[in-house]
Amino acid sequence: MSSEYLVEVKDLKQHFPIKTGFMKTTYLKAVDGVSFAIKPGETLGLVGESGCGKTTVGRTLLRLYEPTSGQVLFNGEEVTDKNITALRKKMQMVFQDPYSSLDPRMTVEDIIGEPLDVHKLYTSKAERRDKILNLMELVGLNAEHATRYAHEFSGGQRQRIGIARALAVDPKFIVCDEPVSALDVSIQAQVVNMFEDLQEKLGVAYLFIAHDLLIVRHISDRIAVMYLGKIVEIADADELSDHPQHPYTTSLLSAVPIPDPKITRQRKRIILEGDVPSPMNMPTGCAFRSRCRYATEKCAKECPKLEDRGNGHFVACWNK
Amino acid sequence: MSTNTSEYLLEVKDLHTSFFTDSGEVKAVNGVSFTLKPGEIMGIVGESGSGKSVTAYSIMRILADTGRITGGQVLYRGEDLATYDNKKMAGFRGKCCSIIFQDPMTSLNPVFTVGSQIMEAIRLHTNKSKAEVKARAIEMLELVGVNEPAKRINQYPHELSGGMRQRVMIAMALACEPDILIADEPTTALDVTIQAQILELMQDLQKRLGMAIIMVTHDLGVIADMCDKIVVMYGGSICERGTADDIFYDARHEYTKGLLRSIPNVNNSKERLIPISGTPINLLNMPKGCAFCSRCDKAMKICLEQKPQEVSISETHQAACWMNIKKMMEEQAGGANA
Amino acid sequence: MANTENANKTEFPKKNPLSMQIDLAKFAPATDEEKAQQEVMSESTTFFKDGMRKLLKNPLAVGSIIVLILVIAAAVAGPMIVPYGYEEMISVNGRRDKTAKNLGPFEWSKNEQRAIDSGEKLFPHILGTDEQCRDYFVRILYGTRVSLFIGFFAAILVLVIGLIYGSISGYAGGKVDMVMMRIVDVIYSLPDMLMVILLSVVLKEVLTPVIEGTFLARLGSNMISLFIVFGLLYWVGMARLVRGQILSIKENEYILAARSIGAKPGRIIKKHILPNCLSVIIISTALQVPSAIFTESFLSFAGLGVQAPMPSLGSLANAARGGMMSYPHKLVFPAIVICLIVLAFNLLGDGLRDAFDPKLRR
Repeated sequence: MSSEYLVEVKDLKQHFPIKTGFMKTTYLKAVDGVSFAIKPGETLGLVGESGCGKTTVGRTLLRLYEPTSGQVLFNGEEVTDKNITALRKKMQMVFQDPYSSLDPRMTVEDIIGEPLDVHKLYTSKAERRDKILNLMELVGLNAEHATRYAHEFSGGQRQRIGIARALAVDPKFIVCDEPVSALDVSIQAQVVNMFEDLQEKLGVAYLFIAHDLLIVRHISDRIAVMYLGKIVEIADADELSDHPQHPYTTSLLSAVPIPDPKITRQRKRIILEGDVPSPMNMPTGCAFRSRCRYATEKCAKECPKLEDRGNGHFVACWNK
Repeated sequence: MSTNTSEYLLEVKDLHTSFFTDSGEVKAVNGVSFTLKPGEIMGIVGESGSGKSVTAYSIMRILADTGRITGGQVLYRGEDLATYDNKKMAGFRGKCCSIIFQDPMTSLNPVFTVGSQIMEAIRLHTNKSKAEVKARAIEMLELVGVNEPAKRINQYPHELSGGMRQRVMIAMALACEPDILIADEPTTALDVTIQAQILELMQDLQKRLGMAIIMVTHDLGVIADMCDKIVVMYGGSICERGTADDIFYDARHEYTKGLLRSIPNVNNSKERLIPISGTPINLLNMPKGCAFCSRCDKAMKICLEQKPQEVSISETHQAACWMNIKKMMEEQAGGANA
Repeated sequence: MANTENANKTEFPKKNPLSMQIDLAKFAPATDEEKAQQEVMSESTTFFKDGMRKLLKNPLAVGSIIVLILVIAAAVAGPMIVPYGYEEMISVNGRRDKTAKNLGPFEWSKNEQRAIDSGEKLFPHILGTDEQCRDYFVRILYGTRVSLFIGFFAAILVLVIGLIYGSISGYAGGKVDMVMMRIVDVIYSLPDMLMVILLSVVLKEVLTPVIEGTFLARLGSNMISLFIVFGLLYWVGMARLVRGQILSIKENEYILAARSIGAKPGRIIKKHILPNCLSVIIISTALQVPSAIFTESFLSFAGLGVQAPMPSLGSLANAARGGMMSYPHKLVFPAIVICLIVLAFNLLGDGLRDAFDPKLRR
């Protein structure tokens, strides 16, 4: 049974048990009811600040953590323990830290070849070599680098190795967990362009998790904003950036430093008071109400759900 | 050349700093010069390996053991800091010039309360009584916007959030009212909304206390917001310097231009990014000529062989690029022939 | 500033070689090859080669390696050169020479002297003889052999048991880990020396008939007890170390990446975790050898060591205690050899740690 969506996430929850006392355990609600859908070849950007749960969403989606509840559908088929190994050929991940996501004891060839080895995707050594060299070329690495070790490369090159590794199984969906955050600005552009080119060439869909709103707006078709485990707003990239409707999105956008002096001088800043509440101690009702200028009584009692404001723009807020 | 430099708070002249490691000499700073007037906010922009942090540490003389200033001078109010002995230098740090670092969690001592750390800073440089020191510490916490300062003074760093800790760091740095505040990537480790709070705080404090700020960062957005004058560094040298308008709207060095092209255009977000080709420079293996030459589209033969001098484009704007020198020579020739 | 001549945009005039002006031909665009020459990727090194390079730069480590090589070479080749056996009592002309007791270094006994005077060639007693008329140098060489053998064997025993136990505990995590570590805690608290002594006494009766006639009989049942105790008690340090390493390696993203590719736990342990622990394990094993030698020496000194007449460095030192005043060389030399071996291994272990420990890397 297939649907128009490649990946569907329905009410995903990930609660981590934390021991707070001798016999007491509270739950850290890292992801608390997240739903979204991604079409083939589309990029969904997922933004939010630290502690909002975006990385956990990515990892739970790929079943690196067992979800507490909720469903993940790939091509209409539910992802479970039984089919996950086969589905790992279709869903892959690129990690944030290029320095710790590559095994320092393996050569580039082995790192990129490992997915091929695990899923036995070749019949001869020559075939394996060919596939690896093709992948390296695809991401812009020299063939002669195949026998070198990861620590000899710069951050940007390592990230390319990570991307080549993810592409080895020819996936249709890649979760990119802050793939450019650890890179220098000039290298970020190279890697972002590569992501775009690969999407055009191979038709891969991305879940692009990042905190740099400018980059996310550039690469994404749609953007979802998360706050303390829930999605508060989701819309087309330009629509969200130009007409944000949730108070958190508005202040997030106004806090982003813009590299353009004229615009920053004119900009009206909405500075949020206070700090992000601890996810173990979340306010009742809407999690954002403790910092929201428009908070009302209703916000304290009930948590708003995402509702369609038209044009594919969903907002979770009681205020209009 | 006038030797009366007391109009400048800080003068860095042709600074060279290297680290002597197992693998060889890492030339982190290669001939950096700039001046700082009282109350000025200056930004040093560069990527990793550009030498911006090392420049800041060289001013404060807090380099790691393997690092040494190998050339040039740093003058504070006309006095060469190299002539300061250890005691005088300790008096300089904190009282005349303070620094705040990137990661507040590792910059604050986890086993001491935040109050005692601020008070330590005050005690080192003043002769106040215990009660006065404590009062001053509470005053500083209030100044930086920490709520309930009397209660917070007894808390430990791990009990505070990232934004709070950075505020405490700022309080420590400003406790003795230094003339210069060096901020080394102060907001990189913070969330965007907290970053905005901290930057607003710094601007506010600057207006109130009037100290000069040297803001070291890689974030062009932060620079655009805060700084009166900007210096762009690559590979240990200064590529370009100017006001924010000069740099963002009239960049003359190929590296600056490349940086600006590789960030998404605010007005046209889907426009394709134009990255700078190649990889960041290897400081163990510096080229003879311009540090940027191997990655530059417009590199000329001379760029590989000789380092370009800085050329004035306007009163506020200078760039060190052979393209500018070539243009000037052509204009001169054109003028001579006219 | 250089001033110009006819600076035509496309053609640059030739530069007068004597002029100080900038050569305008240099303003031509640089070719890609010229630019590429600026970027040189450093020589490829594996982790191992890089570590060895660092190790060999460390003078203490290099010195230790040399000392150890010399000691091992002497222990192996020495007895082949020296014609005396370790239990052989000196005899001259086929008859036991009772005057060859407690000779000093390079001394001859009366009978030997007579034999030399009459033209016979005798190998000198480099370190003299002991009270049983046996050549001391050979005994020290054999003693070194025994001590080294015990040291290595014990270290390997500790390595194998500790590695397996620690890997399972570290990778399994959770309750399994907790239970296994509590067992380790209990074992840690047992008094090792006491157990060795007790076991030696108890097992002596049992083992002696069993090992009769084998190579082990020459070592003696005490050594068997020593090995048993090592196998039972001494592996806990290694287990804790390995477990700690695995716990910290597990946190790395490349393990998560391996899981996301679909690798099974067995593959992850074999290909990702163990190779990354290797340097720490080697270092720890290198430091285990002197510890074992020291323990054996101590036991021999206490009288519970290797079965006579097989010498070990500790038993030689013990035997020499009585005549310490009269024949100091008999105590000094075994002691020096023990010190050399232990010091060399310790310095080598330190050097290995400095060279290979990833946390200390620049």
